[in-house]
This record gives sequence, structure tokens and C-alpha cells, in this order.
Amino acid sequence: MPPLLFYLFALITLGFGFMVVTGRNPVTCALSLAASFVGLAALFLSLDAYFIAVIQILVYAGAVMVLFLFIIMLLDIKTEEGKKLNMPAIVSGILLAVLLTLQIIAVVGSTKLAQKSVQDTPLALAEAATKIGKAAALPTITNDLKAGTLPDAKLIGFTLFDQYGFHLQVIGLLLLVGTIGVVVLSKRERSAP
Amino acid sequence: MITLGHYLVVSGMLFALGLAGVIARRNIIIVYMCLEMMLSAANLALVGFSRFHLANGLPDYTAQSLVFFTITVAAAEVAVGLAIIVALFRSKQSVDVESVTKLQG
Repeated sequence: MPPLLFYLFALITLGFGFMVVTGRNPVTCALSLAASFVGLAALFLSLDAYFIAVIQILVYAGAVMVLFLFIIMLLDIKTEEGKKLNMPAIVSGILLAVLLTLQIIAVVGSTKLAQKSVQDTPLALAEAATKIGKAAALPTITNDLKAGTLPDAKLIGFTLFDQYGFHLQVIGLLLLVGTIGVVVLSKRERSAP
Repeated sequence: MITLGHYLVVSGMLFALGLAGVIARRNIIIVYMCLEMMLSAANLALVGFSRFHLANGLPDYTAQSLVFFTITVAAAEVAVGLAIIVALFRSKQSVDVESVTKLQG
């Protein structure tokens, strides 16, 4: 990815993220968050993580944001106007954020690993086709690698089901428990007659 | 020349923005959005490390599996959290964090 595009998408992500934090109207905040997530998905694309980028758009910019907007409109939340700002919280929030950013910049600047660029670490697809270990049993992955395309979703799927099968089932159980919990929470309590 | 450091700094700034929002904002729904932003920032750092730590010429897919799990947990968390917000709104008629001070004693 050309450096210009990286800076453009980083600007979209951070700029809309800033609008989420400062916006007065909750609907504006929710739409800014969706735009910020789209920028983030573009950054994922630039890191050759195609599957994660698509999931980011589908789950965050799609499902989660619709849920947020639905709740905002269902509860009919008004813009918080005329309310006095909570000055100590704002000052401490900005201070903490600036400190954290400076600390991360300092750590990144002094780490050798962080100086690696994409040119230093090119993907070696044809070479990888011969030494992917157990995944070689699936001809579709090997064929894709030999053809010079990155079988991103296939490799993630293989990793998930080969190494993290149990964890996948625990996540499925978590989603089930979450669904039941939401139904129980949003059930109206029966008032005494 | 874009290095891993660039991605890490963007990730850190996004996390810091989310943190500032969680501390400074008083609307519970916006606090929730900022929490989502912090989770995504962590995902960006993970994907960055996965791309720049090659295993046999391919990105490290263990990190991307962790991102997959994080996104799933975040989606479940949003569903439950918004249900709690709706229940809270029913009893307080407000989504201001300062309207919920029952545990303050």
C-alpha cells in the first residue's frame, strides 16, 4: 500500500474517532464510529488481513452499529445541550490520553522490531506452499499458494479448527448465554396486581 | 516507507481516544462506543504484529484467530450491554452515568 493511502485511512480512522469522543448528538457519534471502523478495515486490508477486514465491516460497521442506532432511536435520546461539562473528568481524560500516546510513541521509537517495513518482510507464497506442515493435507490451500494468491480465509479457518476447536465451542456457548441473557434482561418485570 | 511502528502508533492513538472518551463522557451509550473503539485498537495492533512476524513466509495466523475471538466477544458484549442500558433507562428515564449512584452509599 502506498504511504499516502496509509496516512489517508489512518486520518479517517482517527478523525472520525475524535468525532465520536467530542460529538454532542449520539446519532452523529454512532455514524462517526461506523466511518471510523470502515477506515480501520482499510488498514486491515493493507496488512493482508482480508478476512478480518471483511468481518470488521460486517460485524462492527453492520451489526453492532445498527444495534447502537436502534437503541438510540428507541430510547429517543436527546442531544445533551445546556448541561454543564464535567471539567475534572475531561481534563483527566485528555491528560491520560496524551500521556498514553506519548508513552507508546516512546516505546515504539526505541524498539527494533517496530522499524520493520513491509518491504523488509515480503510474503513468500510459493516458498510457503512447500512448508505449511499439516495444512498441506488440504490441496486447495497449496494450490492457492502455488498460484500466488494468499488463501487468507482458508488459513484462518484451518488454524481455528486445527488448533482452537475447543475455544471455538466455548465462544459458541458464550454467544448462546449472551442471547439468553439479553432475552431475560429485556423481559418486562411483571408488576404486582 | 510504512513500518510496524506506524500501525502501532495509530493503534495506540485510537486506544487513547477511546480511553479519553470513557473517562470524560457521561452518556452511557457513548461510553460504550468508546469501549468498542478501544477493542478495535487492540485488534489493529494484533493484526500488525501478525503481518510483520512471518512464519514460513505467511502472516502469523494465531494472532488473527485471537482477533476473530475478540470480535465475537465484543459483539456478545454489545448485545448484553445494550440490554442493560435499556433496563436502566426503564427504571431511571435517563442514560446519564451520574443518574446511577445507588452503590455510592
